[in-house]
Amino acid sequence: MTNKPAILAEGLHKYYGKTHALDGLDLIAEEGTVLGLLGPNGAGKTTAVRILTTLIRPDSGRAEVHGLDVVKDADALRAHIGLAGQYAAVDENLTGFENLEMVGRLYHLPGKVARRRANELLEQFDLVDASRRLVKTYSGGMRRRLDLAASLIISPPILFLDEPTTGLDIRGRLAMWEVISTLVADGTTVLLTTQYLEEADQLAHQIAVVDHGLVIAKGTSDELKAQVGGERLELTVAHKGDMDATVRAVRPYSAGEIQVNTDNRHIVVPVTQGSQLLAAVVRDLDAAQIRVDDLALRRPTLDDVFLALTGRAAEEEEAAMLSNLPAARALERSTR
Amino acid sequence: MISTNVRTTRTLKPQARPSLYWTFADAFVLAKRHLLQIPRIPDELIFATIQPIMFVLLFRYVFGGAIAVSGTTYVNFLMAGIFVQTVVFGSTSTGIGLATDLQRGLIDRFRSLPMAKSAVLTGRTISDLIRNTFVVMVMWTVGLLVGFQPQGNVLAWLLAAGLLLLTSFAFSWISATIGLSVNSVEAAQSAGFIWLFPLTFASSAFVPTQSMPPWLRAFAEHQPVTQIVNATRGLLLNHPDASTILIAIAWCVGILVVFIPLSVRAYGRRTSR
Repeated sequence: MTNKPAILAEGLHKYYGKTHALDGLDLIAEEGTVLGLLGPNGAGKTTAVRILTTLIRPDSGRAEVHGLDVVKDADALRAHIGLAGQYAAVDENLTGFENLEMVGRLYHLPGKVARRRANELLEQFDLVDASRRLVKTYSGGMRRRLDLAASLIISPPILFLDEPTTGLDIRGRLAMWEVISTLVADGTTVLLTTQYLEEADQLAHQIAVVDHGLVIAKGTSDELKAQVGGERLELTVAHKGDMDATVRAVRPYSAGEIQVNTDNRHIVVPVTQGSQLLAAVVRDLDAAQIRVDDLALRRPTLDDVFLALTGRAAEEEEAAMLSNLPAARALERSTR
Repeated sequence: MISTNVRTTRTLKPQARPSLYWTFADAFVLAKRHLLQIPRIPDELIFATIQPIMFVLLFRYVFGGAIAVSGTTYVNFLMAGIFVQTVVFGSTSTGIGLATDLQRGLIDRFRSLPMAKSAVLTGRTISDLIRNTFVVMVMWTVGLLVGFQPQGNVLAWLLAAGLLLLTSFAFSWISATIGLSVNSVEAAQSAGFIWLFPLTFASSAFVPTQSMPPWLRAFAEHQPVTQIVNATRGLLLNHPDASTILIAIAWCVGILVVFIPLSVRAYGRRTSR
């Protein structure tokens, strides 16, 4: 497994009737890294996960996980992967312990090992107190933790997490991020899908932006941001009368057109290598005796990336998808 | 390039056993799962038991007086029909259970595990068989309480029980196919039941088929439930008929031959969405 990537997908296509769920998806994840699939609802993220975890077959294209073909070697591959889906796939009428023991047995671990792992994971996921309670009494966050624990029974080298934090509150999300970070620190390869830009930013080494079944951009979070464009310096001037003087002072540093908003005394200056300029700008403003209320160097967010790549914000797309009305869809198409 | 971490955790290896071993072992794990659930959802079992009891009381005391049977009392005639109806209706829980697992994403999890593919289905049909056995035992007791007097010997009765279990198992596979083919638990519930009404009522389960109009009688006398009911009735009332029993068994085997592959195929195709 030394030279092969942990996850490799080439030209994956999957059709559902006329819908192209995947339209030639390519992915690669090196061993021990986190690959984030970022995209709105319906982009094809879940379909990709289902193909890579052997649940469905691609209509064309090929994929290898852990060096095993997802179609030809599907049976062998299942002993090397863990999957935690969009909803907690745990049995409500079993206890937390019984759920984990069952999954361990179905991974064909000896009974003793399955029970030991169940207890270890319950401890690791802070579920010891609830371990003998039926899962139907669990909170949403507890169920998701149990679900993740179930996917880790064999300590798989490759883990697939399909929107692991969707529906969790902030605390649950932070706890989940911590767990994932720990796994990655130990060398587990993780493929993570998310609609949350922040989540991809936080967790993923490499991000693949997926839209309409295709990877429309990929790279590290920084690379993606750089692709969208550089940094900008944003100033809020204390006195309206200083606006012109300020523009004169910052003009030498500008890498493009300076935007001036007199009403809220706001000036935006596109720059390159902003952090090095910052001190100089402050000095110059000081020398010109211009007082500023706020001065900040802003870098593009993944939101900006998404907007730049697709021509629309991720949330808009999501809203259009959720409303699920033909009119909304038609509108969405016409704006593309 | 990103610094990658060296993995220290060892992946746990599965035990190496022949695949036939896992066919049974995995089915056992899942059957155990379902049996553990039974006392935890008591209302399900209670309703599964109350319903046939209601039918016993209804036919024994309300309709029974108006139904003429020859050669035995109506309650003796009725109980074979009730037993068959109980296992046939009881088999619908297989499809409902699978549809529920599908909806909750459990089927996706199972399909991502290195377990025997058949186990999700066999585990479910076997546990439903055990559950149905329990309900039939309750019905036997209820029957005795309302005047049912089985004739003949224990061996014949055990043979009748065996036929009922085979029927339960066979109909569970039909139910499994339905449960895996529809899109919701609600649909599994209604689609699982609806076709069983004509099959059980237009049969010899509750009334002699001679009382039916010719066209209905033609259907009633040639459909599987009538054959199974007649075979069971013969075994319980000391007039066993070998050819009826063989036809009944043949129906069950035929159902299994058709619906096991159909449900396995439906299982292989289905993901939760």
